Amino acid sequence: MVAIIDYGVGNLFSLKSSFRAIGEEAVVTGEPEVIRSADKLVLPGVGAFGDAAALLRKNGMDQVVCAEAAAGKPLLGICLGMQLLFDYGVEYGRHEGLGLIPGSVQPIRPVIPAAYKVPHIGWNGLHFPREKSPLFRYVQEGDCVYFVHSFYGADCNESVIATAEYGPELTAAVAKGNVYGVQFHPEKSGSVGLHILRAFCE
Amino acid sequence: MITKRIIPCLDVKDGRVVKGVNFLGLADVSSPVKLAEFYSSCGADELVFYDITASAEGRALFTGILTEVASTIFIPLTVGGGINTVADFDRVLKCGADKVSVNSGAIRDPSLIAQAAKKYGDQCVVLSVDAKRVDGQFRVFAKGGREDTGLDALEWIRRGVGDGAGEIVLNSIDTDGVKNGFDLEMLAAVCEIVDVPVIASGGAGCAEHFKTLFETLPKVDAGLAASIFHFGEVSIPDLKRELAAAGINMRL
Repeated sequence: MVAIIDYGVGNLFSLKSSFRAIGEEAVVTGEPEVIRSADKLVLPGVGAFGDAAALLRKNGMDQVVCAEAAAGKPLLGICLGMQLLFDYGVEYGRHEGLGLIPGSVQPIRPVIPAAYKVPHIGWNGLHFPREKSPLFRYVQEGDCVYFVHSFYGADCNESVIATAEYGPELTAAVAKGNVYGVQFHPEKSGSVGLHILRAFCE
Repeated sequence: MITKRIIPCLDVKDGRVVKGVNFLGLADVSSPVKLAEFYSSCGADELVFYDITASAEGRALFTGILTEVASTIFIPLTVGGGINTVADFDRVLKCGADKVSVNSGAIRDPSLIAQAAKKYGDQCVVLSVDAKRVDGQFRVFAKGGREDTGLDALEWIRRGVGDGAGEIVLNSIDTDGVKNGFDLEMLAAVCEIVDVPVIASGGAGCAEHFKTLFETLPKVDAGLAASIFHFGEVSIPDLKRELAAAGINMRL
């Protein structure tokens, strides 16, 4: 069973539906007991880093997630959920993240050409800078996924498992042991996205 | 590199797709779910649903089918029609929409854009504008293009983006339905003044028109059309292959 962690940010309807579409039981939950009993965890999120980090802390959910990740349970952060895995973010001031992936979350504006729009929104191809992670075992170099973001994972070279070109190569996915994060939305990325969720569930 | 998007638009009334959909091999051509599945499988990059229902019953049917579409296909969904308040945003987002398009609702209450952007983020708010040339000016029209608001379209769009609209759909009434190509002049004027994605609508009659659009105006992010896709005059897979062959970055 996959637990989609509900801490009061964002709309989890599509995410839950996409797990159902690949035949995985998924529950949307904010209950620590359910999270502890799940086989896999998904940390979703949309909105601003600071607000989301505060909500995660407010319910003590940060402790539960970190304890489960430390115990080896597979964890997948999606979009802002991926960004929260990092040490800290700088959206509307500096805010601490979960510290599960070394690095920080920085605005894309200063690192992309002036003619490129912010947010980075739309379908973009994945590139694998090193040996392909098991998360991408069913997808190919160049396959497109759907992005919507204005901040990116920085100073995290060792954890980067996929990038997408938007001027420079921006972090598209990270992994460290059993902790994974994707900047894009697999639940909005057609069959490629479903393949990634399936690989995570296996 | 980010790809250009091809977006079919479906008008829905009382829970059924209207405006002459003519697909061979589709048993139920007015089922929004079947059509969404069809378009998703043939490579549409996003779907737009416009609810043209006036009644409360029709509105409830619309949210019902939206829920069904969003649990069946997994590409971005934009919803428009009857969006007048933040509560309307909430209603369709809960059913699985990713973006909400405002048009007449924002003209009636210009604070709607800022309110929605603050609550759901800029990326969620699409400003859809029906514009037409009047007295040497691009003028905003309301009520499905029937009423001249007197607003200057460029001013209106600049203001909307300033308030937090994360994307612009520009529908040129002058070229809509003529099938003679997109309104490049009007689109160029809009691209000049905003730095959010611009979606071209109105006028596409064949694949060549999309090629001209993206080659002439590299700042345009997407092309939207309805009847030429519904009637099979342009097939999305063929269109995307043709554009890719011409060196335009597409998701194939």
